[in-house]
Amino acid sequence: MLETFIIIFLVTLFYLAIANRMRNYIKILVYQGILLFLVAAFHLKEFNVFNLIIILLETIVFKAIAVPYCIERIIRHNNITRETEPFLPNFVSLLITAGIVVASILLSGSIDDLILDKFFFVGAVSAIFTGLYLIVSRRKILTHVVGYCVIENGVFILSLAVGNEMPAMVNLGVMLDIFASVFILGIFANKIGDVFHDVDIDSLSGLKD
Amino acid sequence: MITAIYISAVVCIVIGLAFSRSRALSTVLGVLFLAAQTMITVHGFVHPGITELTYFSYDALGLVLMLVLSIISFPTLIHSHIYLTKPQASTSSCAAYNASCVLLIAAMTMGYLANHAAVTWIFTEITTLSAAVLIYHHRSKLALEATWKYVFVCAISICFVFVGILFISLALLHDGCRDLFYTDLMAHKATLNSFWTRLGFLFIFAGYTAKLGLFPMFTAGVDAKDKAPAPAGALLASALMNLGFCGIFRVYAAISGTPVGDWARIVMLVSALITLFIATVYMTRISNVKRMLAYSGIEHMSVVTLGLCFGKAGFMAAMLHMVMHTFVKSGLFFHFTQLWRTYSSKMIDDMGDYLKLNPFGALVLLFGFISIAAIPPSGLFFSELLVFKAMIVEGNWLVFALTAFMLTVLLWAFAKSMFRIIFLPASKPVEKIKISAWESLTQLILFALAAYIGFNPPAFLTELISQAAALIS
Repeated sequence: MLETFIIIFLVTLFYLAIANRMRNYIKILVYQGILLFLVAAFHLKEFNVFNLIIILLETIVFKAIAVPYCIERIIRHNNITRETEPFLPNFVSLLITAGIVVASILLSGSIDDLILDKFFFVGAVSAIFTGLYLIVSRRKILTHVVGYCVIENGVFILSLAVGNEMPAMVNLGVMLDIFASVFILGIFANKIGDVFHDVDIDSLSGLKD
Repeated sequence: MITAIYISAVVCIVIGLAFSRSRALSTVLGVLFLAAQTMITVHGFVHPGITELTYFSYDALGLVLMLVLSIISFPTLIHSHIYLTKPQASTSSCAAYNASCVLLIAAMTMGYLANHAAVTWIFTEITTLSAAVLIYHHRSKLALEATWKYVFVCAISICFVFVGILFISLALLHDGCRDLFYTDLMAHKATLNSFWTRLGFLFIFAGYTAKLGLFPMFTAGVDAKDKAPAPAGALLASALMNLGFCGIFRVYAAISGTPVGDWARIVMLVSALITLFIATVYMTRISNVKRMLAYSGIEHMSVVTLGLCFGKAGFMAAMLHMVMHTFVKSGLFFHFTQLWRTYSSKMIDDMGDYLKLNPFGALVLLFGFISIAAIPPSGLFFSELLVFKAMIVEGNWLVFALTAFMLTVLLWAFAKSMFRIIFLPASKPVEKIKISAWESLTQLILFALAAYIGFNPPAFLTELISQAAALIS
């Protein structure tokens, strides 16, 4: 069951590579939030009930509802255009994402580990690098935020992988999520959108040598 | 016990400063914070080696870095006070500045003392939060750009450190250890799974480079030091870089002497040389004084990291270098506020004739330049010499030649800009304004302290540094 969820998670990464509209990005973040909720619910067996409830609530409320809602509000509030404006054609993005996933599978082949499920490793590493790729290949700053959320989802999967042995790591992952996302979205929602309006990275080139 | 008192005092002071709308109250709270900072430092030196609240140990490295930070926190708050009054800033921005400045100093202190990988990580996160408020102090478009870049790069770097910690925790789980104290890492040094440890170190190193100012993540730090108010920039360019070093060193110490440790050395060496190259290239074409100081900071941190790569002798030289760099670099940033008031510009092309416009300030700036450029009688000269000696003793002539060449070019570029500011005539007429010589006193003390430490390092300091060096095998 867990493997199925992680494979669906990998599929969302491919969808991310070819999505043309901001709205699709938001939908993907919602799907990923729900998938992470399911993975956490099925995987974390050795948690006390209270802690488990907090983590499940964080995935569903925060990852699947609050962050996507916030991003959508920013898009509406600042009249940001719908296109994602990639630097590269979608086909190339798809190939690169496929390359990232294949490379993570190959890397996982060199691990001979009884503690870490290889599925978790592949899901996490693919998400981290797809997120980074999304950041470097898109023009809009808001797409960078989406890329960062994907990296965080990858990190969360990795923390779930060791979660049964080290529950504190999952809690730290949750803390990172809340702290960093709130902070980034806070700056974005409050300031950047108001000051720079339709923001792409070209407008952030005032600081240079 | 004292640690708990310190943390609760800091929380109260930060809340008080954030809501304070009265200048007198803010000053009182600032003085109280300095008292708390002195208290925890004295406590650490009276009881070296103790562990409090489970997660904070007053070990040699933590004590040295905490002492240095406590010393520069006095001038930082004094210059912040001058900065906020000339010209008078609004009460709300003063409150945000003061609260985040105190929070930054406290978070760095706790980060140095943390004995658990996750706790160091948490306090590094808090430094990002408080530094962002300081960078955004001016509420301008460029300040917002710098804040956004800093927060975004630091958020990614913090994710990287977390992933690294997860990989290290996997390595520890193989040995049946479920905790992430640095002592646990040390204890399992010989048997750590090499795949996970390598991957973990790589991520932790890449993540902390955002704070340390090395390749690949140094960029955001340069923008941040440029846009942050100069007294806050002094903290970002000195003590915060030391926190990045602390995060990397504690993991490196735990794997040194193993095959993974040798591999980690190569990673650090390559990163330091690339950073030195980047700093050299940028310094030759720099036009902004603050960015020049920021690039000089990443140059010195490359030297520190190179020292760390060359055994115990190199590490001891690196520690000494880091201590003196903290004093000198923060002094130069404190002095920048005077340059700004004289020329109302950061651009080197707009400056000149500083010796006539502000004679005492210019002499202090010249002393600061000699100190940071590691020209005798600068203390940094001795530590750089010791780093070179460690390279030569290990027979690494190529690294020695590359470093020496790049440092020479850097010195030329730095001197060209500094001498232009101090001696050459200004490109346009500048009105002479009165600046009290007292404002330069703190810088003079910091530069003289660095020179004194270079000539005659106090016994307790060398003792602490050699204790910290004992962690490396």
